[in-house]
Amino acid sequence: MTAEVETVPVAVGAPPHPLVEFWHYFSQNKGALGGLLTILTLVLLAVFADVISPHSPILNHDDAFLKPPAWQEGGSWTYPLGTDPIGRDLLSRLIHGTRYSLFMGTVVVSLSLFAGTFLGLVAGFLRGVPEIAIMRLMDTLLTLPSLLLAIVIVAILGPGLINAVFAVAITTLPYYVRITRAAVITERAKDYVTASQVAGAGMFRLMFSTVLPNCMAPLIVQATLGFSTAILDAAALGFLGLGVQPPLPEWGTMLADSREFVLRAWWVVTFPGVAILVTVMAFNLLGDGLRDALDPKLKR
Amino acid sequence: MLRFVLTRVSLIIPTFLGVTLLAFLLVHLIPGDPIETMAGEHGIDPARHAQLRAEYGFDKPLLVQYGIYIGHVLRGDLGISAITHQRVTEEFFSLFPATVELTICAMLFAVLLGLPAGIIAAVRRNTIFDHGIMGISLTGYSMPIFWWGLLLILLFSGVLGWTPVSGRVDAAIFVDTHTGFLLIDSLLSDEDGAFRSAVSHLILPTIVLGTVPLAIIARMTRSAMLEVLGEDYIRTARAKGLSPVWVVCVHALRNALIPVITVIGLQMGSLFAGAILTETIFSWPGVGHWVVEAINRRDYPVLQGGVLMLGSVVMLVNLIVDLLYGVVNPRIRHTR
Repeated sequence: MTAEVETVPVAVGAPPHPLVEFWHYFSQNKGALGGLLTILTLVLLAVFADVISPHSPILNHDDAFLKPPAWQEGGSWTYPLGTDPIGRDLLSRLIHGTRYSLFMGTVVVSLSLFAGTFLGLVAGFLRGVPEIAIMRLMDTLLTLPSLLLAIVIVAILGPGLINAVFAVAITTLPYYVRITRAAVITERAKDYVTASQVAGAGMFRLMFSTVLPNCMAPLIVQATLGFSTAILDAAALGFLGLGVQPPLPEWGTMLADSREFVLRAWWVVTFPGVAILVTVMAFNLLGDGLRDALDPKLKR
Repeated sequence: MLRFVLTRVSLIIPTFLGVTLLAFLLVHLIPGDPIETMAGEHGIDPARHAQLRAEYGFDKPLLVQYGIYIGHVLRGDLGISAITHQRVTEEFFSLFPATVELTICAMLFAVLLGLPAGIIAAVRRNTIFDHGIMGISLTGYSMPIFWWGLLLILLFSGVLGWTPVSGRVDAAIFVDTHTGFLLIDSLLSDEDGAFRSAVSHLILPTIVLGTVPLAIIARMTRSAMLEVLGEDYIRTARAKGLSPVWVVCVHALRNALIPVITVIGLQMGSLFAGAILTETIFSWPGVGHWVVEAINRRDYPVLQGGVLMLGSVVMLVNLIVDLLYGVVNPRIRHTR
């Protein structure tokens, strides 16, 4: 398709290590690098939240209800981003909030990645009745809009951090199952798998050691993009009062608490949302970059 | 074609059973005794408790209860609200038009802006237009829409005072219900300013609900257009001397639309989920708001019925999209 033909010097010796090659393509994507950098910063903020925050995220200050940010009239640098309706420092709450969002994202993605990959492998290898049962179940989960399904699960389990994480993990499970199954079915037909089977490899060896490594690329991309969905849905549950409960400083819960002050104090509504948006965007950028770098079809 | 339709319709049956099972289990997996939960803090005397258990059928084996539940569902009986004591189906259908109206407006908003934006980004590839549109699109699909709604309220209702904060129409205006779609009903009514009021209430929720599909449609249109614009037949059309606009909008767009239509169809389903958040923010009297209220009030019959109805609506919409897709694209129709 390309019009110009370049003469490329033929590489002599060993091809570059896969990781080196991956980094070469990945680092050309400025957006993905920005996303990665943002995520690293957020991780540092979460780890050192207690050291960095100027105040406690839970304790309220009786002398400072709804103080505006420092640069606005009436604000002070004691509370750089202002305080919330019961006098807690907004900046400290936002910094501690990174812990909840990253924690929920990590647990959701790990749960659904491991369970989904396993179910996908089983469906792709065993075929027949187990496959039909698994895939029909996944279809049912996919039919309900993810937030509605999460709400139903939380209604059963009761609101709270762990239950919200569990609910969101179940809603994202079908994507991993489908991706793994599709990849397994493609890979299984290839000669290297037959060779391994002829050489006497057992079912588990074939599943986890022969086939799985070759299905990883789409799963890595889905897992990265899954972080953004997980953080968004967990925050939405928090906003509906079904996720992390007050007074814990989760961003969605903070937004729910500040809803009635929307017309009086713009800062209590604006900043938690900016935090969610930036985090989700960073993971989306990273996911897009990974997809481009890991997809051999897109390599020039 | 008939075979295609029958296959698609038969595929929906196990999924529907799955949704009924989920809705059924919803009430039975909730920890604690369902009757005591519904009775609340006041408690309930043992005689009445036993009577209610028998009335709801909680004293029978679980499998029998599920059978009875399916029987009720197939007869269109989804029970009675524990709070308002109205039939769940009646409540659903009185609120559903509000959700449909909002969803349709949001989809129109998303398609009418998303398609041209995606086309411009593809045609002006790697220019400032492309980067700008793709940047906005990335922001759009990363957007926590519950926050986006609050921001728009802050700006348009708070600072500028242009739009109302909540509801479907001013409290002072009374519109007779003919169709349930307020835009149509208010046009038919004699009240002054009813239509104006309905439109001004609809603007913000439409933008909020339409933002994510808008971003996704713009992105999809761009990549589909880029693929098509590289095809040989486009070069031929250009070489024939056709005007660039004609080539892009007629030759290229027709083929680029196929993946875009798929995405639009998939988005219809998730719009109902987005409606839950949007309706909560704007106190929009639709089914999403109703379901969230049911959770807060522990009105389990409504929650159960609402989940089943919303799930069925999404399934139905997906089925229709699938069938239409088969009509549009013969290649789909003839596989399997």
